[in-house]
Amino acid sequence: MTPVLSICLLALTAGLGLALVRLVRGPSLPDRVVALELFSTMVVGIIGIVAIAAEDVLLLDVAIVMALMGFMATIGFARFVERGGQGDD
Amino acid sequence: MIELLEASLLLTGTAFMLVAALGVIRLPDLLTRMHATTKAATLGITLIMLGVALHFGQATVVARALGVVIFVMLTAPVAAHVIGRAGYFVGTRLWSGTLKDELRPHYDPLTHRLHSGLEEDEEGGRRPRGDG
Repeated sequence: MTPVLSICLLALTAGLGLALVRLVRGPSLPDRVVALELFSTMVVGIIGIVAIAAEDVLLLDVAIVMALMGFMATIGFARFVERGGQGDD
Repeated sequence: MIELLEASLLLTGTAFMLVAALGVIRLPDLLTRMHATTKAATLGITLIMLGVALHFGQATVVARALGVVIFVMLTAPVAAHVIGRAGYFVGTRLWSGTLKDELRPHYDPLTHRLHSGLEEDEEGGRRPRGDG
């Protein structure tokens, strides 16, 4: 693994940690959903970089599925919030 | 040359993702946080996927990487709109320094109705619309 890939993975992991802090602290449920959406986007980026590091093309399919799951999860959470789930906790 | 371009694409994309994470932890309320995550993260994922496409250089990989990019670019605004709307409707507090909230005078949170100012009034007649 070249140093560039290591730097990218380290920085993305640090970003995951920051998003995790917001996920734990976030004052309301929509804040947590936004943190989760950022989480899934960053995981897609990590999978892309791991695909370069492992020289494995098939990992890109995993990235596509991950992006799809993040979108569906956000839509589901938004409907849950809007249909009178817990607004503040 | 290709390696240099690829490395710069990956590093720039990672920097944008890190900026998005910093924004989501530093910015004060829901809408500003969404402003950070949607735009910066979408640009970051675009640059990273362009780097991946440049690294492999086969047609199938380029198609898949562009598929990820187009999918994220199509779905990120939709997801941001839906969650922002839900957050506003359940009454998430805006930042104390917010200057303008144009939705507040038109939206009734109890009846969940949005007034445009052109509705029919109580008697059922239409208000003059300025055509004489």
